[in-house]
Order: sequence, then structure tokens, then C-alpha cells
Amino acid sequence: MASVPLALPHRQTSRRKIGTQVALYLALVMIALVILTPLVWVLLTSFKTNFAAINDPTNPLPLPFTTDAYSTLLGSSEQPIFRWFLNSLVAATLQTVLVLVTASLGAYALARLEFVGKRIVFGCIVGTLFVPPVILLIPNYLIVQNLGWLDTIWAITVPHAAGAFGIFFLRQFFVNLPVALEEAARIDGAGEFRIFLQIVLPLSRPALATLAVLTFLANWNDFLWPLYVLLSPENLTLQPGLSILQGAYGSTYYPVIMAGAVIAAVPVLVIFTVAQRQVVESVANAGLKG
Amino acid sequence: MASLPLAPATSPASRLSRAAGRGRRKTLTAYLFLTPFLVLFCVFVVAPIITGLWVSLHDWNPLLPRQPFVGLQNYIELFTPGSLTSGDFWESMRATAIFTIASVPFLLVVPFALAVLLHQKLKGGTVFRAIFFAPYVLGVAVIGVIWKFLLDPQSGTLNKVLGAMGLPDSIPWTVDVPWVWISLVGVTVWWTMGFNTVILLAGMQGIGSELYDAAAVDGAGVWRKLTGVTLPGLRPVFMFITTTSILASANMFGQSFLITAGAPGDESRTAIMYIADQGLKQSQMGAASAMSYILFACLAVISVINFRLQRERS
Repeated sequence: MASVPLALPHRQTSRRKIGTQVALYLALVMIALVILTPLVWVLLTSFKTNFAAINDPTNPLPLPFTTDAYSTLLGSSEQPIFRWFLNSLVAATLQTVLVLVTASLGAYALARLEFVGKRIVFGCIVGTLFVPPVILLIPNYLIVQNLGWLDTIWAITVPHAAGAFGIFFLRQFFVNLPVALEEAARIDGAGEFRIFLQIVLPLSRPALATLAVLTFLANWNDFLWPLYVLLSPENLTLQPGLSILQGAYGSTYYPVIMAGAVIAAVPVLVIFTVAQRQVVESVANAGLKG
Repeated sequence: MASLPLAPATSPASRLSRAAGRGRRKTLTAYLFLTPFLVLFCVFVVAPIITGLWVSLHDWNPLLPRQPFVGLQNYIELFTPGSLTSGDFWESMRATAIFTIASVPFLLVVPFALAVLLHQKLKGGTVFRAIFFAPYVLGVAVIGVIWKFLLDPQSGTLNKVLGAMGLPDSIPWTVDVPWVWISLVGVTVWWTMGFNTVILLAGMQGIGSELYDAAAVDGAGVWRKLTGVTLPGLRPVFMFITTTSILASANMFGQSFLITAGAPGDESRTAIMYIADQGLKQSQMGAASAMSYILFACLAVISVINFRLQRERS
């Protein structure tokens, strides 16, 4: 707390302190409004009629209130948004499972086992953290095509599970776990896999949960890659789907597009509300390590 | 490797060979653990990095029967004025540069101001922190379609609201320069500022209070504490977020794709947008791969310069 000069007499100090506090809250509330107003506006617009959205655009309230936009979306066979929602859910879940399994196994070896080539393997993995994703775009398209995965769920779940972030993140956590329990288990004759499964994984629940949330969000929100590797309307996920909606409903049916945005936004906002601390703190720590 | 003292008294040679056997078994165990990840890593990270270079040396059009080797031709063409791709590519690099230069300062200054506010340990601070971070968890497609609607020059909310307040109501937010840049930078700052804010806030909380106390004893005011204690203490954090912000801005795609569609003309079409279009829609995979390596090289050079500059100052 840096804002109180020492020399002032006490009463003046506290009055000034209250003044500063009020100013601070005002500033915070203003910024919060700047952030929340567009989101609330979108939500309200999704309940407007097309007529009201176009002819009374400055009225925030959806009068008359209607869920037409949502029924239009859910009834559309060309833009099957419910199908997109399921595709997004399955893809994000699948990639999350894949990342948790492969990264935790690999991170255990990097954190706890001594082996030939360890430094090279770790160096290669960390090195690719700095490779921008655009480098992988075209060759991965070719690889996915050769595997016959274009326009399938594998294209949007497997390649991005290979990223270095998960294994790097879990290794950091495993390295800092106390070794005493593992040593005890080892003396009792437990194998590495049992130690991993019964000691390290249960102790790592918070890190695994954080990685799960981050992976799920990243997959759910991915736009560029599914936009190009998914082709048929029924195989799309929500994010490229929104771009299709924008093309189909143009600038005349905004409530429908906003309803689509709401459907794509609600799940991640719910996850964020539940796992807010984990998400925010994992980001905060990223900076401290860097 | 902590169980050596328990080894029974045997001859040095057999102890050595047993240790070697144990080492080999440990190596085998470790690679068993690593295999699932390494398979994915090799197929979808290592192989593409090499394949990309290989493709960039070919006239790689998947629609044609053959993909002839052309050496550095794809690269040379990009540096030859007047060739088929060079004009459009460098225009997209220019757009990327404009966006990066215009956005990064705001992505550092605005989050710093927010972090200073949040650092005042007010009641409800974590609620505000969560609100400031919230837009960041939304995908770029959601952000894009939302702001395409709000910023639309004819029917968008912003112009209508400005008009109702008696202000100019026909600002071409999404169709003309310099407004497209203001829109793209504004939307991006609105969307991602919470990310850097959270990192800066954690950095501030890591600065020991004894430094502030010492400054206070020396009679330092708010401003002196900010410039004398906070900013120097945050130098490594700033280094980190400068680098990540530059990389994020240079990789911008969704905002331009959805909000401006590259307008006016192709002036706000970013490098990623052009590379994805050339490589994946126009089937010019060789040229597009060469472009992505040039973009990579530019980013690497900028990162190194940035790293050097920050280190020299400290």
C-alpha cells in the first residue's frame, strides 16, 4: 500500500484515504462497465426481434422479448448448431483426456527418472515452446490429410495435444513435489508405474485440474485450425460455425448471430466462473517463471 | 538413484555392471513413460517443422500430379518485386507490422494501469480481477462476430449510439483506414488486457514490501515509488509480456478475418490470413510454407533484439 504520505496529520490522512478509495472504486467500476456492457448488449440483442434490432438499435432492452433467434438456430438444418455444440464438447473433452494422459506420463519421466538422453529430450520439448504455430499449419494439414483425418474429429483433437505446454507445465509441478513418499514406496518395492499412479497423480490433482481447464478452453476456442480442416457442415465445431453463421445471416439477422455467440460463450464463461482462481493463477505464475 | 548405499559387498566390477544394467532398465522405463507423448510430439511437432522446410523447397500444389523440387525459388520470388506473390505477401506483412506496433504499447500500458489499481488491496479486488480477465476466456470467433455487429458502419450499435448522442454516426469502423486499425487494436486490447494484467499484478505482489518501506523512509511519493521501485522490480515480467504480446499480435488472424475481412482492399489482411489462404485454399503450399518461415525468421530476430535490449538496460 503505497499511497499515504507519512508527514500528514492523522485525520487528514484518513479523509484522504477514503477519498482515494472512492476514486479507485470509481475507476474499477468504470473499467468493469467497459468490459461488461458489450457482453450484456450481445445477450440482450439475442432476445430481440430482427425488426427491433434494426429499427430500434439504441434501445438496450429486447422489446418485445422473443426467443425466435434461438429457435431459428436450433431449427436450422444447414447450420446445425446443436450438432456443432456436441462436436465442440466431444473434441474438447477428447483432447483434454489425451493431454492429461500423455503429458502426465511423460512429465513423470522428465521430473523423476534418470535416463540416457533426458537432457536432449527435455531440450527439444522446451525448444518447440518458442516455435510459432504458423510454422506447423501447412505441414500438419498435409500430415492430417495423409492420415485420412481431414473433416474428422481426430484432426481437431490429436495434433494440438502434441504441444509442449502440458508436459512442461506438469513437469514443473512434479519436480516440486516432496520425494519422501515416493522413496518410502520404492523401499516397499513399488514399481515406477504404481508410484506414478498411486502417489504422484493424487498429489497433483490441482495441477491436473488446471491443465484440464486450460486445454479444454484452448480446444473449445480454437478457430483457425478447425476452420480449414473441417469441411462438411455437420462436422464443424462452434467457432468456425460462428463464421458460417456470420456469412449466412449477414447484417440483417443480427439476433441470430448473437444467439450463436451466446451459445458458444456460455460454456466457457461457466467454466471460468467455477475455475476462476485456477485459470487466473496459472496465468499469473506463467509470468513469474518467464 | 538414491539407493546405492544399500548395495551389498561385491566385487567392484560386478557392482559396476549391475549398476549399468539398472541404468539401462531405468532408461527403458523412462522411455515407456515418454512414448505416448513422444509419438504425438514427433508426428505433429517435429515432423511438421522439417516437412514445412521440405515443402517450401517445392512447387507444392496438391491438385497437380507432381510437386517438383524448385530449390529456393519460393523464397526468391517473395523477395522479387513484381512476382506473383511478393506484393500481396509484403502487404500482409505490413498489416501485421502495423497491428503489432499499434497494439503492443496498449497491451503493456493499459494492463499496467489496471494492475496498479488492483494492487491497492481493495475489498472485492479479486472480483474485479476476474471481470477484467473474463473476455480473454472467450474464443476469437465469439469476439469477432460480436464486434463485427457492434462496429458495423451502417447498422452497428456503436455508430447508432454515437448518432443518438449527436456525434458523428457514420464512422467506417470496419471498412476504412485508419478506423480498421483503431477497431482491431481496440477490440484486441478489450479482449486480452486481462491476461497481461494478471501477470503484472502477480509480479507486483512479488516485490517485497520492505523496498516500499525503504522508499517511504526516503520520502518517496506515489510517483517515485512507481518509477523507483515498481517498474524496476517488474523488469523481468515486462520482458516476458513484451515478448508474448509481440508474438500474439504478429500471429493475429481471427479479428481481421471476422471483423474487417481484410478491408479496405487487403490492407488489414494479416500475414497469417494470407498464408492460410494461399496454402490451404489456393493450394500454393510451397509458397505458403516459405512465407511462414520468413515470418518465423522475422519474429525470431525481433525476439532476440527485444531480449538484448531488455538485458542491456538491466
